[in-house]
Parts: sequence; C-alpha cells; structure tokens
Amino acid sequence: MTATIKYDEVEVGQEIPPVDYRVRRVDLIRYAGASGDFNPIHWNERFAKQVGLPDVIAHGMFTMAQGGRFVTDWVGDPGAVLDYGVRFSSMVVVPDDDEGATITVSGVVESKLEDNKVVIAITAKSGGSRVLSKARAIVRLA
Amino acid sequence: MALNRDFIGRSYPAPEPYEVSRVKIREFAEAIGDLNPIYLDREAARAAGHPDVVAPPTFPIVFTLTGAGEALADPDFGLNYAMVVHGEQRFEYQRPIYAGDELRHTSTILEIRSVGRNEFVTVKTDVTTLDDELVCTTYNTIVERGGAA
Repeated sequence: MTATIKYDEVEVGQEIPPVDYRVRRVDLIRYAGASGDFNPIHWNERFAKQVGLPDVIAHGMFTMAQGGRFVTDWVGDPGAVLDYGVRFSSMVVVPDDDEGATITVSGVVESKLEDNKVVIAITAKSGGSRVLSKARAIVRLA
Repeated sequence: MALNRDFIGRSYPAPEPYEVSRVKIREFAEAIGDLNPIYLDREAARAAGHPDVVAPPTFPIVFTLTGAGEALADPDFGLNYAMVVHGEQRFEYQRPIYAGDELRHTSTILEIRSVGRNEFVTVKTDVTTLDDELVCTTYNTIVERGGAA
C-alpha cells in the first residue's frame, strides 16, 4: 500500500479542499447498470413524482462513491481505505437538463489514530442541502 | 403496515461465490466517474503494492444485496419497495477487494426500528474468501417511507 500522504505531515483540523462532482441523468442510468440498482426513482421522473419525490434523485450510493473518490484521490491509494460510512441525510435531485446537479465534497482530518490511521470527516452538499451526514472514512497513511 | 419483526436475526447466505473481475471493477469505476489507474490498470495497481486492480470502496454494493434482497422481497416481510430509500451505508475492510477474488457473503437482518412514520431496516453482510478469511463487513440501512404509519 502506498498512500502518498504521510501520517507525520498531517494535522488534526487540516482541511482537504472541496471538489465539485457533476451528476446528470445519464450518470444515473450508467450507475444503475453497473450497480444493478434499477429502482425507477433514479431514472423515471413519472414514477419518482408518483411516490412523492420532487424529481428523479441520485442513488445514495452514487453520492457515497463521490465521497469515496474524494478521499481516495487525497490519500493516493484506494487500498488505504479501512472504513467508510455515511448517512444519507438529503436527496440529490437531478433535473432533466444538460447541467444536472453538482455534489460538492469537502473534508477535514478529524483525528489521528494508532498505526498511521486517520479519521476524515466528509461533508457533501448539493442544491444547498447537506446530502451526507455522519460521513467518516478511516484511512491508513504512509 | 409495520414490517414483520420475526425477520430480525435471520441470515441469508448467498447461494454462490461472487467472482470479482477486472472488467466489472472497470465498469463500476467508470460509472462512478473515477478513473483512478489503481482501479483500471494492473501495472499501476502492482506499482502501488497490490496483487491486482483494487475495487473502489463502495464496490461491494454490487453483490452484497443478493442474499438480503431475497428476504426483503418476501411478502411476509411486508416491505413496499416503491417507498424505499437508502438511509445509511458503511463498509469496514480487513483488506482491499482485488480482481480475482472469489467471495462468499452472508447477510443478516440486524435491526428493524420505527422512527416517526418510517421503518428502518439494517442488514449486516460479512464478505469472506472461500477459506473463510473475513475481507469486509457492510452495514446497509434502508428506510421505508411511511411504513410505520
């Protein structure tokens, strides 16, 4: 495992700069195919509205994957992720246009543990709402 | 209608092992928009100290729901799938998942609770090798909106 971030150079409270991730309808179609989650709330506007949703919403797991990508890009090695958990606190509403929605992910080093492990607290927002809460990753640094 | 609490504690072993392929890892990585070479290129993965390409942290969602899916679809359980949204998700790794892994998994219904008008169901899944080495444990909480009303 070769995380590129060194444990000794990381401080508690250190911020990881925010990154914007775009999500359009076609991304949800592709994610449905790759993940096997074909729940129509993620691709069928008519169905989504019938069950009381404002519009098609992104798979929570798509949003979680963007949070994961944020962490693995920072750490440098996806194999360094030991634990990753989130609560889906709000929906990412994806309109039927070319822009789609934007998920903005940011993070902070929340604590340092033994064996070069650190806890990253992740924040993900879309459309002014926090879409992930209690989002934490434990990663092993170099 | 409330969900059937008799299902708490029931376990569902997946009938067959899941074979992790480079092709599926690539498909999944592309679908999440993450083109990290450690997911796509065996040489890049090896250079980072891995035996083969690594699966993204959220990859087990692809195969871990089969066992629990059977339970959740059981009419006796009482779940209205149309009202289901994802509440919480966690992946706890003993080691990364690699292309070439053959993985078994068993899902257990850990908890069912009502919060307001909603029903929360938490399913724990242990993912192991064919030699019973624990690779990863996942916790999946789904919410049935209006289910407890």
